[in-house]
Amino acid sequence: MSGYEARFKVWRGDVEGGGLEDFTVEVNDGEVVLDIIHRLQATQAPDLAVRWNCKAGKCGSCSAEINGRPRLLCMTRMSVFSREETITVTPLRAFPVIRDLVTDVGFNYTKAREVPAFVPPADLGPGEYRMMQEDVDRSQEFRKCIECFLCQDTCHVVRDHEENKPAFAGPRFLMRVAELDMHPLDAAGDTGLDRSRTAQDEHGLGYCNITKCCTEVCPEGIRITDNALIPLKERAVDRKYDPLVWLGSKIGRRSRDTT
Amino acid sequence: MSVVDRQEWDVVVVGAGGAGLRAAIEARERGARTAVICKSLFGKAHTVMAEGGIAASMGNVNSGDNWQVHFRDTMRGGKFLNQWRMAELHAQEAPQRVWELETWGALFDRTKDGRISQRNFGGHEYPRLAHVGDRTGLELIRTLQQKILSLQQEDFRETGDHESRLKVFQECTVTRVLQEDRKVSGVFGYERESGRFFVLQAPSVVIATGGIGKSFKVTSNSWEYTGDGHALALLAGAPLLNMEFVQFHPTGMVWPPSVKGILVTESVRGDGGVLRNSEGRRFMFDYVPDVFKEKYAESEAEGDRWYDDPDHNRRPPELLPRDEVARAINAEVKEGRGSPHGGVFLDVSTRMPAEVIRRRLPSMYHQFKELADVDITAEAMEVGPTCHYVMGGIAVDSDTAAARGVPGLFAAGEVAGGMHGSNRLGGNSLSDLLVFGRRAGRYAAEYAAGRTEEGTRARVDDAQVDAAAAEALRPFSAEAQEPGAGPPENPYTLHQELQQTMNDLVGIIRREAEMKQALEKLAELRVRARRAGVEGHRQFNPGWHLALDLRNMLLVSECVARAALERTESRGGHTREDHPSMDRRWRPANLLCSLADPAGGAAGDPAATDPERGRIALERQTTEPIRPDLLALFDKEELVKYLADEELEGRSE
Repeated sequence: MSGYEARFKVWRGDVEGGGLEDFTVEVNDGEVVLDIIHRLQATQAPDLAVRWNCKAGKCGSCSAEINGRPRLLCMTRMSVFSREETITVTPLRAFPVIRDLVTDVGFNYTKAREVPAFVPPADLGPGEYRMMQEDVDRSQEFRKCIECFLCQDTCHVVRDHEENKPAFAGPRFLMRVAELDMHPLDAAGDTGLDRSRTAQDEHGLGYCNITKCCTEVCPEGIRITDNALIPLKERAVDRKYDPLVWLGSKIGRRSRDTT
Repeated sequence: MSVVDRQEWDVVVVGAGGAGLRAAIEARERGARTAVICKSLFGKAHTVMAEGGIAASMGNVNSGDNWQVHFRDTMRGGKFLNQWRMAELHAQEAPQRVWELETWGALFDRTKDGRISQRNFGGHEYPRLAHVGDRTGLELIRTLQQKILSLQQEDFRETGDHESRLKVFQECTVTRVLQEDRKVSGVFGYERESGRFFVLQAPSVVIATGGIGKSFKVTSNSWEYTGDGHALALLAGAPLLNMEFVQFHPTGMVWPPSVKGILVTESVRGDGGVLRNSEGRRFMFDYVPDVFKEKYAESEAEGDRWYDDPDHNRRPPELLPRDEVARAINAEVKEGRGSPHGGVFLDVSTRMPAEVIRRRLPSMYHQFKELADVDITAEAMEVGPTCHYVMGGIAVDSDTAAARGVPGLFAAGEVAGGMHGSNRLGGNSLSDLLVFGRRAGRYAAEYAAGRTEEGTRARVDDAQVDAAAAEALRPFSAEAQEPGAGPPENPYTLHQELQQTMNDLVGIIRREAEMKQALEKLAELRVRARRAGVEGHRQFNPGWHLALDLRNMLLVSECVARAALERTESRGGHTREDHPSMDRRWRPANLLCSLADPAGGAAGDPAATDPERGRIALERQTTEPIRPDLLALFDKEELVKYLADEELEGRSE
């Protein structure tokens, strides 16, 4: 397959407003959508704003929506589209636009800061940690997250309801809570912090009704819903309704891990 | 007229990759109010792309490992041009830096007894790389990012403000280090989102901006690697060391074109991947250089046995240091034995079961599947050399990471020179940035502590701020610069020409005539770059950003070309076809680049020095002799291959 001219519609504008602009642009064998955006910058629209870094699906910078679907521009091959198709590229819908394809993703950084950090075990110093691979596997899956925020963008709790944002951390950060809750050495419990309960009480886990949209768009294939959100919900519920745990918390002793 | 936003900090860190974040954490923990500035969003730095691991002699997999062995490997890899004290500190401190990450929540892959797993890598005698599958860089950056959040959470509890002592200014670019006399007084930069200028006043500035790969056409580097820190230091009057040493990683993807250059991690070879040419021959056995002859297997059978029994066999030559492998691949392709897309074949599919490949190399599997439609568990990858890392960089003091000649300026990570000598071993980058990131943060905080009281702080000079603002705005009035000179230049076109020039003329194999030609071409580009123009306004304008980055790329490229022309030998990342062997007489020689006309640079006008004459002056300097107790770690027969005669004489005395 050699080069051809493709039709693109790219959203251009800023916080004041904007709209789709038509482009006809050369496409070559083996290219991805980000290549086409770069060609537009170099030949037709030098000030077209787009974020990108690694171009290898590792940094999660070039998130946008392609034909309405949240995708990484660098991981969307042109060969998945027919030559006749007009390809529409728009900014992430759940976040306020800054310019063209660049949105203000500050929401995610605010939420990241609200998740209490890992608490190291008091009785172990650096170099003394011992963990089994099968125990770290669970949290490692979530640490593959490249923070592209596609899951945040597609989650209907924030996508369609701006008013939910203050109370709801979104799948990426609920998954972060799960990651820490499943961390073999996290000692948050010893400080009186129950991570799964905070997911419910402070990070809005209850808003999630497990439609799995986040899992579907994850470019890393992380099973956000099945492996992070559902177990977190189960633990939050277990803790809340388990009379022994309730009693334990009343008399001031809490087991470090109830699973 | 300076109406730009101003803030006061103690330490400003430019760059938020591994080195920058580690420096910021250290500075803040030592009581300095610390600002971090990065061009991308927080957490997106090039460090996320590091795949292989962090080299640290913890001895978890082979107890024979220790810092002395790591030091030896590092010096050998760098062909003894390393700043030996840095190599020593690095080898000694790396394990502590890895263990510390665990206390911040990092989750490394484990050994059977629950310790941190360590994997094999080129040039390392023992399995030494702490890793997380093949996404170690992501784990590193995420851990540091989360540590920063935890410090901000602490500060919030104490002060009610998350950013009272540690703040990340994301999507901002620094264009100048400001100075009073020679001393650092702060930085000048702009917010990419709004285009607004700002000044951060601070007595200490840590440069941790990474590398220069975006000056080359085929590169594994992200767009941010435009040599900003190298150029900022040069313009502030700090010299750059040994810029001729640019590492070409042997295995970049060669197909499809959109991913050309993107890295295929060295762990593919560390975990058993073999290189073959189009005739199916495992060609690396033909390319083992004399200095490494005794350390590498002579037959395929021996190399294969090594994976299971490393104590009784020698390692396969696929695990030679990167420069050797890159040159070998280059030679095979040149001889017409390359793959269909101009590389060679790298195969793990015949050597490991599919599920093992998917577990150990998940991101490689993913990358090839998604981007090249190649299933690496069933077929070979096509790979070839790609510009990856610059060993040269800001000349620093080994212990304190202080830049030479500019009080208050520090540098760590890839932007600092010296640690890796003429060639860096895989895995030594992540450990380098932790060890020296921490050191830079520590000494920057100490330096600042002595200069934070009223009256002792360096003052920001308004004239410098105005000059920096004028320099940054130049691309918006390119047409007015030289009336009648024609339309402004397109920065994208200039960048492409620069990349092509560096790739063709200052690439993996170099010749005198080509270096000279490159310098001519760079001079021409410099003249044209003065007229780089942009459309639109200052808000998130990539054309403008590139026009400003061009200044840095052109400066750094000139350094590389000048030093490459000067060094008439082949060593590590520098291969001269007209001087094909390593010359022991060059061992004690360092090449230092500095601004030819510092006054012109300091005045803030990039055109102040005649661009056609060139802006870089080169100086040759003799290195400090290697400490005797460190030399004693090597056999005399080995030292004879590397050291100059006078150094060997000095040793026997």
